Amino acid sequence: MDYFLELFLGGLTRGSIYALIALGYTMVYGIIELINFAHGEIYMIGAFTALIVAGVLTFWGFNHIAILLLASIIAVIYSAAYGFTVEKVAYKPLRHAPRLSPLISAIGMSIFLQNYVLLAQTSDFLPFPSLIPDFKFLEPYSHLIRPPELVILLTTAVSMLLLTLLIRFTRIGKAMRATAQDRNMAMLVGINVDRIISITFIIGSALAAIGGILIASHIGMINFYIGFIAGIKAFTAAVLGGIGSIPGAVLGGLVLGWTESFATGYVSSDYEDVFAFALLVLILIFRPAGILGRSTIQKV
Amino acid sequence: MMKKHSRKSIATVFISVLFFLLAGFSFYSCGEREKPAEPEKTEKSAAPAPAETAGETIKLGVGGAHSGDLASYGLPSVNAAELVVKEINEKGGILGKKVELLVEDDVCKPEVATNTATKLLSEGVDVVMGHICSGATKSALGIYKDSKIVCMSPSATNPPLTQSGDYPNFFRTIASDDAQAKLEVDYALDVLNLKKIAVLHDKGDYGKGLAEFAKSFIEKSGKGEVALYEGITPGAVDYSAVVQKIKQSGAEAVIFGGYHPEASKIVMQMRKKGMNTTFISDDGVKDDTFIKVAGKYAEGVYATGPKDTSTNPLAIKANEDHIKAYGKEPGAFFLNAYAATQALLNAIEKAGSTDYDAIVNALRTEYVETPLGKIRFDEKGDAIGIGFSMYKVENGVYVEN
Amino acid sequence: MIKLEELKKSFLVSVWFMFLTFPIMVIRVNPIEKVVEWRWKNILIVGAGSFFFSFLWRYLLLRRETGRKKMEAGEIEKIPLSRRILTEPKMYIPALVCIAVFASVFPFVFSIYQINIMVTAIIYVVLGLGLNIVVGLAGLLDLGYVAFYAVGAYSYGLLNYHFNLGFWAVLPIGALLGVVFGILLGFPVLRLRGDYLAIVTLGFGEIIRLILENWNEFSFGPSGIANIPRPSFFGHQFSLHAATVYIYFLMIALTLLTIFVVNRLQNSRIGRAWIALREDEVACQAMGIDKTKTKLTAFALGATWAGMIGVIFAAKTTFINPASFTFLESAMILSIVVMGGMGSIIGVIIGALVLILLPEYLRAFSDYRMLLFGAILVIMMVFRPQGLISNVRRTYKFEGR
Repeated sequence: MDYFLELFLGGLTRGSIYALIALGYTMVYGIIELINFAHGEIYMIGAFTALIVAGVLTFWGFNHIAILLLASIIAVIYSAAYGFTVEKVAYKPLRHAPRLSPLISAIGMSIFLQNYVLLAQTSDFLPFPSLIPDFKFLEPYSHLIRPPELVILLTTAVSMLLLTLLIRFTRIGKAMRATAQDRNMAMLVGINVDRIISITFIIGSALAAIGGILIASHIGMINFYIGFIAGIKAFTAAVLGGIGSIPGAVLGGLVLGWTESFATGYVSSDYEDVFAFALLVLILIFRPAGILGRSTIQKV
Repeated sequence: MMKKHSRKSIATVFISVLFFLLAGFSFYSCGEREKPAEPEKTEKSAAPAPAETAGETIKLGVGGAHSGDLASYGLPSVNAAELVVKEINEKGGILGKKVELLVEDDVCKPEVATNTATKLLSEGVDVVMGHICSGATKSALGIYKDSKIVCMSPSATNPPLTQSGDYPNFFRTIASDDAQAKLEVDYALDVLNLKKIAVLHDKGDYGKGLAEFAKSFIEKSGKGEVALYEGITPGAVDYSAVVQKIKQSGAEAVIFGGYHPEASKIVMQMRKKGMNTTFISDDGVKDDTFIKVAGKYAEGVYATGPKDTSTNPLAIKANEDHIKAYGKEPGAFFLNAYAATQALLNAIEKAGSTDYDAIVNALRTEYVETPLGKIRFDEKGDAIGIGFSMYKVENGVYVEN
Repeated sequence: MIKLEELKKSFLVSVWFMFLTFPIMVIRVNPIEKVVEWRWKNILIVGAGSFFFSFLWRYLLLRRETGRKKMEAGEIEKIPLSRRILTEPKMYIPALVCIAVFASVFPFVFSIYQINIMVTAIIYVVLGLGLNIVVGLAGLLDLGYVAFYAVGAYSYGLLNYHFNLGFWAVLPIGALLGVVFGILLGFPVLRLRGDYLAIVTLGFGEIIRLILENWNEFSFGPSGIANIPRPSFFGHQFSLHAATVYIYFLMIALTLLTIFVVNRLQNSRIGRAWIALREDEVACQAMGIDKTKTKLTAFALGATWAGMIGVIFAAKTTFINPASFTFLESAMILSIVVMGGMGSIIGVIIGALVLILLPEYLRAFSDYRMLLFGAILVIMMVFRPQGLISNVRRTYKFEGR
């Protein structure tokens, strides 16, 4: 039973990580129906920026809390800026192009950003400082859950809640929903669609950065390639839950996390990724709308 | 849409035509330059004659991953070759000829390695030091073998390279995976007296090969059992499930085949979960980076690595030269590459020519002083005199046991 | 000539990019050695570069817009040179003769290295033409194309290893297995639209690679299969040089066959159906075209070519492992199709030659190879979605916006 519980908690952490990144995917897809392939790279850039800032600040002798705060804030700002720029450069000129064009452009962006970091920084794995402090009260449970894991769980829950509130109750949220439903109509009623899309990218990228920092301090290492794997998994999670749906992304992340965790625990980790991809393929074939998504009727 | 880019398409067509002309000229001129070398090569592969070494220089090819994500494994070997060649040329070269380096990148990909190999061949290479990755080495060897060119790798550890007998022209200055696996298993079973062993690997060419051997050695020994045999996914966001599984299996020791980034993640997660299972790994982990990354969690980790060379004066000198020339500590496989370059050039000198059979013979019979000790090569191509020892992390440094 | 307004815009862009790239381009932290490196030079390069590029970017965007407007206004320009070369016999016959002469003399004039990379380039030409059927003609974005390539390569590797089957025996088997896998994978996924299809094919591609990597008993895992024989000629084995020339002509023949087949297909019933399906699925179904069957044919035909080329690839490199069949390989083939012009045969050929030969000749810049691939995909999509050579038959209708 203990083993089951441990795998369950492991899957929960892993799933929350996927969920945090999947939120960004799902928001962007919800609004412009684009699989933002470069989202995983934004997450990686967030982690890298945090690493660099933390490194410089440590060098300058800042204390622990200041490093944590500054590194997180700067990383979030930079990721948001990257997300914004990527949208302006690679997607905005393609607003009216055939559906495949922005997807190919996104793949190109993803490869470009990966290699940009590879060339400007390094190909080696870099150790990431453990920014999250050790909470004393957790020590008796350390075999089950550790501080970074707890922080990841909480952050995911809070992000999901805030996003749902934002979309449901604020003006921006309303504008987002309007843009998602019918872009031309939204323009007609005076919504600045370009701005709304930019804001969506900024929020999604900021979330990715938070995810990047948390995961990097959980796993303790980063390199230029972490974004690709995490991105694909997170995308799987988003599709699993029903792409475009915020609670769906979280649910999908958790299901994926548990699938992988139990597959590793009870079958073999050799085929961990195969399970994840097989799940994606099966879901898309049999229920393309995902667990929580509504199936849309194609309009002609 | 059809019409709107007309002027641009003229431009693109012109540019592409221009490009092709340029490319055509450039490789035409390349072809011109290579013409004298090329028939010589084919002749050489047909009937090697000593007289034919009358070229002005001895050409030493260096192939390996020099760019891309695995460059950090390949670039140290280039530095090593440069240092050795510089030293030899300052002394007047070998057989009265200067040594010329031909450095070519293979990005560690088999399909690129064949291009690299044929490129070296076209440039008239005499011997090759490389390649770095076992896969790339195997595909390049297919070309060197038919052209009768000796190839010596500082880092390709895949056992069949020497043991299958398919590559008579292949040598290496690093011990093969099975030798390491044997040492790890014997150490765990006989020295540490552990019975239940979990074998993990990173699903890579190197790590999985090693783990397969470790598994079969444990099974054959009859003294222990394989509690778990698993591959982990490099770059995964989290290894807690595998760590739980190790715990669940009740293993007393973990033998891990792979490189230090994954090893440090697993060790850190294990220790943070309060497990003190013995961790034994290979020379991909016997790297100071591992200790620096894993910090206090690295204490007590075992790793196999080449015999301690820190007291070898040649090794000390090679390291110092590297710092002097490049301003930093040498990287992975530097000493192996240094030794390989020395062994190759020494063999040419002893053989008195760049004739294939003579070089092979010299490599097998003549001892050479290298930073790795005094070595020569056996019939299969493995270096005699290069061994592995077991190291343990004590107070933040690897100590030989 | 350049307005102040423009200068200001570019200045702002360059400031923005300097800000954006600051941490990653300027600072390099080594957390292990605890050193921070400041590379101020880089920011100047970024600043100047983005200043210049923003001008170019805006100019090109403007051209794109005016081009679109002209189109809408129905202005007719003279037929572009590129199209005239392709359509007027007076121009394309001499061009064809030139190319034919060049192609047939090529292996006898140039060195083995040149032939070898030319073979690699032609392999990508055919792969590109194969993928072109799926992506360019039928409009199905297949991101797992490399899986079929792997199927072909492994069918030769394995059949040769276990049953000693020769190249010529396996070539049709490889093609057949390609078809089988194409149908097996295609059948369930083709109900999906656009980007979902892309992701599922990506998933399948990865699954195939992961199985090859993990299922040691079947595929020898990550260490791959070595010593795959080169193609023979009625049982006669060639030397290295002759074999390369032989593969070269084989590839030329295969390319001609592919061009012929694709050309015929394009103008056939099924080809028209593909193009119609690409433009409008619903209208197509209304016209009585069997959607699934049509898509499946495209998928299977594309896979046939990949399977066949896989066999040749295995025979050429003589060594295969799963590392050659990653997603990046799929992305590369896709960039060839996209860059050349989706649906255009000449475009794909030029795209493959440029994208494969250029990095080979510019080996000094090999670090930037993947960076450029990424940039090419983005830039082509933004400014020239129809590729270098747009398809002649293609006409576009614009929604009045």
